[in-house]
Amino acid sequence: MNCRVVITQISNYLDGELSPALRHELEQHLGECKECELVVSQTKLTVELYCDAEIVDLPEDVKNRLHQALRSKLPSGPHS
Amino acid sequence: MKSGDCAPVFAEIGKSPDSREIALGCAILEAESSVGRWAHAAPFVSASNPHRLPSKIAKEDEHLLVAAAKKGDTSAFEELVSRYEKKIFRVTMNITRNQQDAEDAMQDAFLKAYAHLKDFSGDSRFYTWLVRIAANEALMRLRKRRPNVVSLDEPVDGEEDLLPREVEDWGPSPLDRFAQTEMRGILENAIDALAPDFRTVFVLRDIEELSTEETAKALNISVPAVKSRLLRARLKLREKLDRYFRQGGQN
Repeated sequence: MNCRVVITQISNYLDGELSPALRHELEQHLGECKECELVVSQTKLTVELYCDAEIVDLPEDVKNRLHQALRSKLPSGPHS
Repeated sequence: MKSGDCAPVFAEIGKSPDSREIALGCAILEAESSVGRWAHAAPFVSASNPHRLPSKIAKEDEHLLVAAAKKGDTSAFEELVSRYEKKIFRVTMNITRNQQDAEDAMQDAFLKAYAHLKDFSGDSRFYTWLVRIAANEALMRLRKRRPNVVSLDEPVDGEEDLLPREVEDWGPSPLDRFAQTEMRGILENAIDALAPDFRTVFVLRDIEELSTEETAKALNISVPAVKSRLLRARLKLREKLDRYFRQGGQN
């Protein structure tokens, strides 16, 4: 397996979607190629950082306006 | 189970609880604390188990709320809104990267969800169904604002070389080197600079943790297109973060 193939398979590798044979081949390459190993580990860290970071907050005023809009626009149900 | 335990839920939605609602409210509180524990126990994506699954307890009590909302119980619907508003705003904000558009998209998404609740069959997760509506509301606004940039329905997979140049060690974990607010700024800058068609797929797959198939369905594109865009989005984000994280670089 060469570097180009490793790069195109990064997502499949991180998502656990490679066949055992391909996965083994890819990991063998990672053991021998420092650059690919770095790209794979940095890409994995990139996903983890976004997964864990709360980069968007729901501002209180936005939340209040949402509930006001729902109360004024939703029909009154049997339990309201 | 004391009714007093559930007071915050009903104080928030401004309704006086009857016994059925108390039971539902307590189930919600228990489900939420359970979700929190689960998320804390497994904070990272791993190659072998890339997607965290939602709590079974949350799934179990959710259908009660959906069923009540379908019958016209707006307080049950408001409870669903309260549960997902933060996540749905994150979806619309991450896609539009514009607060006004994100707010409008979120409001319309919830109103549309209520109007079309009868179409929710329960085959998929309620949250996935909601995200699909929200993503489309957000994309509609993004297309209005930047009509020439967003073309999710067209192929974007160019022939550009995906091989990164000049790969360098990031050194000690960036999490240890940057303060939380600084890290947040870096992540925002990088995702802002990502092309919307890549960003949208990344948001749904990696931030909202929809499956490839769910993402394809939500965006009305093929599974190979989702995979190809996700690969490019991840590689491009890595490249953008590289400027900040490479050893010695604090740019």
